[in-house]
Amino acid sequence: MIEDETWGSKRVNRSHGQIRAEALFKRSLVIIGFSMLVLVLGILLTLIIESIPSLKHLGVKYLWGKTWDPVNNVYGAFPFLLGTLLTSFLALIISIPFSFAIAIYLGEYNPKGWLSNFLKNTVELIAAVPSVIYGFWGLIVLVPMVRALETKLGVLPYGIGIFTAALILAIMIIPYAASLGREMIRLVPSPLKEAAYSLGATRFEVIRNVVLPYTRSGLFAGILLSLGRALGETMAVTMVIGNTSLIPTSIFAPGNTMASVIANEFTEADHTVYLSALIELGLVLFIVTVIINMAGKRIIKRFTNE
Amino acid sequence: MIRLFRNSKKLVLLSLIGLVSVLGHQNKLMAQNDDKTLLGAGSTFIYPLFSKMFSEYNQKTGIQVNYQSIGSGGGILQLTNKTVDFGATDGPLNEEQAKKIGVPALHIPMASGAVVITYNLPGVKAHLNLTPDIIAGIYLGKIKQWNDPQIVSINRGISIPAFPILVTHRSDGSGTTNIFTNYLSKVNPEWSSKVGSGGAVNWPAGLGGKGNEGVAGLVKQTPGAIGYVELIYALQNKMDYALVKNKKGRFILPSLTSVTAAGNINLPADAKIFLTDTEAADGYPICGFTWALIYKEQNYNGRTAARATTLLKLLWWNIHEGQQYTTPLNYAPLSKQALQVAEKILKSATYNGNSILK
Repeated sequence: MIEDETWGSKRVNRSHGQIRAEALFKRSLVIIGFSMLVLVLGILLTLIIESIPSLKHLGVKYLWGKTWDPVNNVYGAFPFLLGTLLTSFLALIISIPFSFAIAIYLGEYNPKGWLSNFLKNTVELIAAVPSVIYGFWGLIVLVPMVRALETKLGVLPYGIGIFTAALILAIMIIPYAASLGREMIRLVPSPLKEAAYSLGATRFEVIRNVVLPYTRSGLFAGILLSLGRALGETMAVTMVIGNTSLIPTSIFAPGNTMASVIANEFTEADHTVYLSALIELGLVLFIVTVIINMAGKRIIKRFTNE
Repeated sequence: MIRLFRNSKKLVLLSLIGLVSVLGHQNKLMAQNDDKTLLGAGSTFIYPLFSKMFSEYNQKTGIQVNYQSIGSGGGILQLTNKTVDFGATDGPLNEEQAKKIGVPALHIPMASGAVVITYNLPGVKAHLNLTPDIIAGIYLGKIKQWNDPQIVSINRGISIPAFPILVTHRSDGSGTTNIFTNYLSKVNPEWSSKVGSGGAVNWPAGLGGKGNEGVAGLVKQTPGAIGYVELIYALQNKMDYALVKNKKGRFILPSLTSVTAAGNINLPADAKIFLTDTEAADGYPICGFTWALIYKEQNYNGRTAARATTLLKLLWWNIHEGQQYTTPLNYAPLSKQALQVAEKILKSATYNGNSILK
């Protein structure tokens, strides 16, 4: 009896400790989660506060102003906004066939074995290469190739510009959509696929009618992730885009992106409105990213509800 | 849940307090720092020279100088925030920066550099001659072909290919651009009214490359390209560069000698001048000083008199014995005139109103 009692009390003690540990664990999770929220809100708040001098000086016409002139304190973000959207979406369009092909091949056709592993690791390695390396590679290898192409097409052969930047970006963002897509495709329940096969579907038909519809939201999430990466990329883009604040007239024309302008001009922005205009550029980039993400989430939701 | 939330609020508060105390600490850092270590920040252009000078000075005197090459703008900001003993800049303080500092700051010339016009013209071996109007015309986007009559007429004997001109410029804000656009504004009224001068401007034409290496990369790759880089960079990378016609009408090859010569003029007492388009007969017209920036009154933020003296002695050494390290590193030493002005400026620095260097 006595032994039983001590055993019982011991057990109560231990449970108490376990409960405390549990509470502590939960609390730390909440704190870490909330600190992320605080961080993002803090960044947003800082961006807004620091943009006030520029907002006061230029107002909303900052958004569609076409001149960026630090000497006369006139700032317009439009050429860079356009440059960011052009390069990012162009990169996305170029990258999608590649990332989907890789995802389908590694997820469905060749999911196991050394070759599959090797390919998968290689693709993931693309994401690990520092962007300045891509920039240099682009400048030395890709630019002359694009220049040759431009000479053939009969446009001004700069070699540098929106198109080259989009090509570099496309390569850089392939792994994001490809990796996520591959995981999604592997998660498709085999009974679904087997059922389709048993009805006489070919492999292509199974992919088209079973795998892709099932993984649509995941594939789209991968694209969204890629797009986010493309919007914010700085170093590789700035090295091959031509850095001019003129509005691009074609996809082969030089241009500039918001992230690239910030990186280029931030350290030597020597008066308040100038610095503030650059920070406002960061704010615009922030808002654009948020809008695109929200729109993306909407689309994913619609896909999954169907 | 509410309790948890309150806790996280407390956490945020704590981290904020932590942040503030770190920042506060940084402000006191300099005062607490021992007087054997000086702090400086600014110009990246002068960094190789400064690190050589400071390591020599350290061996001689035991004084350590910790110089961070964060860019001229950053150096000015650090000095304004009183976190460094001296800043270094390739452009003089502008009105707003001077207003923010609030008290008089001294510009002491340390060495000079130059901006050279580089180009890629296959088959052209000799140095091209260029005039101010041609350079401005090219950068305004008006002269579009290398075989433009204006260029051909002053380059007799050189067969210039009929390439279209690709204009390149710096995309990042820089002292190099500041000197170059200041020069163009001085020599060309149209440039002055349309574009103006500054570390970054609204370029009417051309492509931007990041840093000297970015511009050099564009120029090297593209036949027909023209760009501007620091003399030091062109020398080290064996790039082609042009002779430029100076104010006295002579075509001058940029070199350390012609850059020093450009500063051999009557300088203003505060040395706040761009060495562009100067009166010097054998001076290259696109040059500029790099200045060390210090507060005129050295007693601030609880600094000791000893620390102020150490700083002034270091800068004095820089403009005298230190100058021997300029030429080997491809910097142009100060001219005689510049040295005299620099000495006077250093002597005007005070501690509690009394001059520090006698």
